[in-house]
Formats: sequence, C-alpha cells, structure tokens
Amino acid sequence: MTVAPAQHSRLEPARAARREIVPAGAPWHGVLRAGGILRIVDLEGNQAVDTLFYNARQTDEHYSAQDTMRSQANIYLTAGTRLLSSEGNVLLEITADTCGRHDTLGGACSAESNTVRYALQKRHMHSCRDNFLAALTAYDGRLGKRDLPANINFFMNVPVTPQGELRFADGISAAGRYVEMRAAMDVLVLISNCPQLNNPCNAYNPTPIELVVWEGS
Amino acid sequence: MTADISPGRLLWEEHLHDGAHWSGVLRRGTTLRLTDLEGGGNVAALMYNHEDRTERYCMADTLKAQHTAYLTRGCVCYSDMGRVLCSLVEDSCGWHDAIGGLSNAASVAAKYGVTRFQEQRNGFYKNGYDSILTELRKYGLGRRDIVANISFFSKVTVGNDGQLLFRPGNSPAGAHLDLRFEMHTLVAFSSCQHPLDPEPAYRPRPIRLTAFESPRPSTEDPCRTRCPENGRGFVNTERVFL
Repeated sequence: MTVAPAQHSRLEPARAARREIVPAGAPWHGVLRAGGILRIVDLEGNQAVDTLFYNARQTDEHYSAQDTMRSQANIYLTAGTRLLSSEGNVLLEITADTCGRHDTLGGACSAESNTVRYALQKRHMHSCRDNFLAALTAYDGRLGKRDLPANINFFMNVPVTPQGELRFADGISAAGRYVEMRAAMDVLVLISNCPQLNNPCNAYNPTPIELVVWEGS
Repeated sequence: MTADISPGRLLWEEHLHDGAHWSGVLRRGTTLRLTDLEGGGNVAALMYNHEDRTERYCMADTLKAQHTAYLTRGCVCYSDMGRVLCSLVEDSCGWHDAIGGLSNAASVAAKYGVTRFQEQRNGFYKNGYDSILTELRKYGLGRRDIVANISFFSKVTVGNDGQLLFRPGNSPAGAHLDLRFEMHTLVAFSSCQHPLDPEPAYRPRPIRLTAFESPRPSTEDPCRTRCPENGRGFVNTERVFL
C-alpha cells in the first residue's frame, strides 16, 4: 500500500480568522467563502471526520464522491484532489495533507446502517447521520435527508483490492496530522466528528478535532 | 435469454433503446431481467422506495455492508434506511460497477461532440446525468436526489494505489442480470455509455427489460445468507411488510 507523501502547508494558525475545537461525536457547519481555506486537524490520531460540501448559493449542487474519484481516476483523496460537485464543478481543492489518504467510499454511519452492520440492537447509538441532520436543519430548515449524498471521511482508511474487496482498515493518521483545502466557490461545510464505537475507523475511541479557517486574500 | 421464464410468470417486456432513459415501478415480488442484447452495454441506475422516495439506493451502505466495491450475484442493493431494495439473484457477467458514476453533458460533449434532435432525431447524443434527472423530475424529484449510482454491465477495478481502470469486454452479447425487488421500488435507468468507457465513438447499446413474478426469498436464499449483514437487512425490510 502506497500512501501519498506528506504535503505541508505554509499557513500559520496564528494568522487564522477562526480556530475551533469540535468535540468527539459532535456536528459542525459553516460557510467557507471562495478563496478561504479550511484545515482539519486530527488532534489525537485515527479520528474519522465525515464531511459534506454544498454550493452555498444553491444547495442542490452537492459534493459528488463518484465525480471526484472519476475525475482523478483514483479512489483516494489527498493533496491535489479537486472535490467536485454533482454538476461537475470544483467545490474545493485539497492543498495540503500530512495524512496521505482519505476515503470517500465508506459513507456515514447511521442508526439504520448500524443495525445492518453490527446488530439490530445497535440502533440507539449516536451516528453521523444524526449529526448531519442536526447541522443541516440548523443551517436551513428546508434541508433534510434528501440532501445527504455519499460523503468524505477525512483520515479514514478504506482500502479496495484489485479483486474488488473493500474493508475498513486501521487508520493511517496520527496525532496532529491535518488536511487543508481551499474553496473554489462559496461552500457550505457540514461535518460530523464521527461517534462510531463499533469499528476501527476511530480506533474505537472518538476524539476531538480542530478546525482552522483562513479567509481568502 | 428468457426461455426459463414460464409464460404464466411473465409480466411485461420492453426495450431500453440505445442511449434512452426509462423509469418505472417494480413491486416487491417482481424480478426484472436486464439483457445486454449486443454486448458492451451499460445501464446507469438509481432506485428509490416508491412509497417514500426520500429513501433511496445508498452506495456506501451497499458496499460496506457486503465488504465489496462492485456488485454481482448474491449481492443486494441497500437503501439509506438499512433495507434491501433489490437482490442480484442471477448474473452472467460477474461484475457491475458501483463507483464510476454518470456521464454528464460536458463529458459527452468533450468525448463525442454535440448533436441536436433537429438533425439526428432520436439519435442525438444524451448523457447519464441529464437522462436520469429527466426521469426523476417526473416524480417530483430533482438534483438533490441524484446520488451515487450503479452502472450495470460495466467493470471498473481499483489498482493497488487506488487507480480506477475501466475493463472493456465485461459483458458479452446476451449477458443478463436478474434484479429481484424486495420493496416497491422506483427505478430510473439510462443506457448511455459509461463515463470511463474509452471507446471513442458514441455508441450506446440496447437493453431488453423483462419483468416477471418471483417467489419470496426463502430462509436459505443466497442473497440473504451471503453475510450476516444481509440477514439483518432482510429482517429490516420484511418488517415494513408485516
């Protein structure tokens, strides 16, 4: 398995417009203006950060995992990846990455998928979809589950073999690793700092992340 | 390819013409056979619960529940509510792509050029995204509802470093696939070429659609027993129809 080499950023957190800690298992949303830069920091390592993006001016244009993978002919996201919308437009571009590989096939956990994947009794557990729904409706009450397509899992490792097997593997991230992206248009950012306790995507221990935002020049 | 379907079970048959789009409702207990008449076909597909169209096919839940990046016989298609929309009960070509996505107006124009109805009549160039969207709009659905799709009859593999590779020749003439519907399901199809198909010419292929009645899956059903996850998915599904 080859992971892309670390691509560091020159930006200084001291000059950031905004720094915020998102606790383990919590939602977050915000609008990143065109040219603005968002850094997500995996503070303690092996945390999965479920993320979606929308054209902030027209939210039915949403992140598209398939268009993003196909446009770069590769399933893994890293520095240089352009995150495309369902309309084929660039929402953001990953500009720095010290982890090397991020997933966009594994989707988000939900109460319902937990019943399928683990046990019918797991339905009660807190999930990313609950977070996404809370954040979406806080942003705009007209939005809902229809607006949740396949997402990105930053810092998560979901390898696929040439034979087509897919599995959730131990993380390749570590404390302090980060991924940074620049908005190509005004984007709504939706994050669930994944609360999953049943698989190794969070090393069975969800932890906080930091968001750092720089405004465009 | 339909000789094994007794006349008493046959419900209807029609053609998805080359490059055309189609939608319809397949009831629980119905199987839809897709036959790639000439070989090299592609059917872009999205599916929705006909009784609540906010519930829809979910690529991620389908793949991670079954630990696979593609679909073949024995796999099921999950909705985003932990239920099984349909099961792949027969498959003569062995690989159906779940990750390559849809062509769109820009990709078709760049690859094949642009044609108009005025000159080409119904042979004008179409694309997967606009074709599926046209079908969805008939039911009050729209751009919000276009999520990651399936591309039946196409094969896209993933290399050791994540590279996507389209594999021509996956589906010979006469290849067929049987989708047994476990819920009342709205399906939308486009027979446009796969967006990663390297063939330089615009040449979508015709597909035959054959619907027939099928018995309820038994407790030993291969799709139900493929993995413990599918067993639970069928429990979730059957609870809707008790």
